[in-house]
Amino acid sequence: MSFRKLSLKLVAASLLAGTALPAFAQDSIYVPLFTYRTGPFAGSGTFIADGMHDYLEMLNQRDGGIGGVKLVIEECETGYDTKKGVECYEAVKGKNPVMVNPWSTGITLPLIPRASVDKIPILSMAYGLSASARGDIFPWVFNPPATYWDGMSMIIKYIGEKEGGLDKLKGKKIGFIHLDAAFGKEPIPLLQEMAKEIGFEVALYPVAAQDMQNQSSQWLSARRDRPDYMIMWGWGTMNGAAVKEAVRSGYPMDKFYSVWWPSEDDARSGGAGAKGFKTLNWHAVGANFPAIQDIQKHVVDKGLSKAGKDKVGEVLYNRGVYNSLLIAEAIATAQKLTGKKAVTGEDVRRGMENIKLDPARLKELGLEGFTDQLVLSCANHNGHRPAFMQEWDGTKWVKISNPIEPLTDRVKAQLDAAAKDYAEKNAGWPKRTEACDKAS
Amino acid sequence: MLYREAGQFKTNYVSDSAIFPLREDRIGLGLIILAAYALAFLGNSFLLQAVMIPFLVFSLASIGLNILTGYTGLLSLGTGAFMGVGAYACYKLMTAFPEVNVIVWIFVSGFFSAAVGALFGLPSLRIKGFYLAVATLAAQFFLQWCFIRIPWLVNYNVSGALDAPLRTLFGIPIMGPNATPQVRYLVVLTIVILLTWLASNLVHGRIGRMWIAIRDMDLAAELMGIRPLQTKLLAFAVSSYYCGVAGALLVFLWYGGAEYDVFNINQSFFILFMVIIGGLGSLIGSFFGAALIFIMPIVLGIVLPAALSPFGIAVGADTIEHLRFIIVGALIIFFLIVEPHGLARLWQIGKQKLLVWPFPY
Repeated sequence: MSFRKLSLKLVAASLLAGTALPAFAQDSIYVPLFTYRTGPFAGSGTFIADGMHDYLEMLNQRDGGIGGVKLVIEECETGYDTKKGVECYEAVKGKNPVMVNPWSTGITLPLIPRASVDKIPILSMAYGLSASARGDIFPWVFNPPATYWDGMSMIIKYIGEKEGGLDKLKGKKIGFIHLDAAFGKEPIPLLQEMAKEIGFEVALYPVAAQDMQNQSSQWLSARRDRPDYMIMWGWGTMNGAAVKEAVRSGYPMDKFYSVWWPSEDDARSGGAGAKGFKTLNWHAVGANFPAIQDIQKHVVDKGLSKAGKDKVGEVLYNRGVYNSLLIAEAIATAQKLTGKKAVTGEDVRRGMENIKLDPARLKELGLEGFTDQLVLSCANHNGHRPAFMQEWDGTKWVKISNPIEPLTDRVKAQLDAAAKDYAEKNAGWPKRTEACDKAS
Repeated sequence: MLYREAGQFKTNYVSDSAIFPLREDRIGLGLIILAAYALAFLGNSFLLQAVMIPFLVFSLASIGLNILTGYTGLLSLGTGAFMGVGAYACYKLMTAFPEVNVIVWIFVSGFFSAAVGALFGLPSLRIKGFYLAVATLAAQFFLQWCFIRIPWLVNYNVSGALDAPLRTLFGIPIMGPNATPQVRYLVVLTIVILLTWLASNLVHGRIGRMWIAIRDMDLAAELMGIRPLQTKLLAFAVSSYYCGVAGALLVFLWYGGAEYDVFNINQSFFILFMVIIGGLGSLIGSFFGAALIFIMPIVLGIVLPAALSPFGIAVGADTIEHLRFIIVGALIIFFLIVEPHGLARLWQIGKQKLLVWPFPY
């Protein structure tokens, strides 16, 4: 076959395919998932993508969707790249998505002002703009279950309790190794404020995005400064590299704490020496939940998932499941509120505001004990829920503490100042016009 | 047959030195511009917002780098940072003086970038080639460091990010979330056409010839009376001006908000590849390069699943992404083998062939 013929056939085939594409049926709900299985953050992103996809696919397979309406799940590959993320957003915008999950702070920021114009709610689960916890200012953005300020206050509180009271931290030195970006810098003001009040010292070790895999200089300084505790705010390859460097430089791992993003693979990269490394978490690890067993049965065993069988139940996989749990719950709540079957983005925004995941509801969903309860409201788009501490025992994460409540007063001050600041800087930031539901 | 030189006589020097001596070329260009404007009313929002606006922005940045690398022969890896300077300058200016129209600030922000570019261009007098590339790399890292570390640049925003406030032109929002893709596209298109026209006049005139003389042999150029320092710095300044305006357009008319990381080293490479693939020392090549590097992956992302699904092959988003990489990479190698001088050269050959068609002699 000549090249010309071949190309003609290809064109014909693609034209045919174009016409054969199914039109989006009225009785379906379109849920786009922004994922990254490629690029430098794929090591974290793949698990999350699998978890998000598999839970929703399980609902499709087991229950035929939500409330009898099938979910159309479509992944858009962002590669954690803002450029591609914005392209993905434009690509899905026209298909009436009920919610977008950017999974990158860089992609979330450009989308925040558009959400209210395009009427598409944004769920940035425990990342993105912390100030968007204020529902009265950001009616279209949700970031449950906790902000980074909450997370930082929980870690300090935990360390304080270990020392025998927050005031015992006086005179101690706390190192803060963070990604040198908005995400990593966010908790610094809170940390410094607490340092001033309680009287401990803070040493900052910023890691630039391009040096994530090479942190020898930061850990060398840490060795010189000898901080009593190290706290980490990292993502992607930064976490694994930090654990490896900490082990290599002989830092006592039981004094090394992190926000909720490190995965099993990150901890494993430190080898046996990584034992004792602690991170925050707000949901269970493992597959011993009826809903996750259903994922195994209806999705993974049928070959509908990209996840390996042994990866189901890992911490970031379950994080993806938690994200999809929120999506599904928001849709279900929206259906209940509006009485409609095929809900829209506007309905799901209301659904999200009225979300009520209490222990009874979690049990009903087959996730009893999977996570703490989460109740959102018109004003509170975050929940500021407590998280617990988990420790790496060399092979898996082990829960080692009860839920730690965030220091709400301190966080609230930061939050209000930030939200006010954002609205002021963006002169003409629209006032909330969306009505609140009675229940919330 | 339709495209030929015969019968078009040049009777004066002005018509002889015209950039488009052929009537057909002029008509063609007019048609392209007309089509580009018509697209604003025919295209859907995905085409305008996710394809055409970025394509134009990257074309503008490519023109900027092409002036430096293609015309003056100075290799730069700081494009991303210079774009960033434009974006941050534009943000500072329009938030400090909201009463002045933002279009003015977009053009003015380029001058800040030009100044920074000229500053980092100073070493170009002493060092050449790869060594200069390393010097501009320093600009890239230093400026990026500034973007992270100087909160003043983002007005002490907690998010540390730039965001596009609402700005209007003749009462129509052109910036911010309420601006429609159509309006944004028209603004970007007009700015790009204007600046391309300016660049075309620059590179075809005295200044452009000075740049080319420096590129081809700087010693000979110096002997002819061209002052290398001024000429090279001018190239840096003009190049950075274009990159700066492109950066401002990128953040405020395309993304609508961005973190410092948008202007990283990858952005610089991205633009450099466009220039190399498109054709060094060619304005139209800048557009071709931007099209190949930016639009091709998007088209593949749409065509591939559609082309594979009739054969019962369902591919995931990640496989598509890998295929995009493979195909775009292969195409780059293919084009560079077929025509090492870039797509612009292919275009030129095509036009020459067309001139004598259907009776090649």
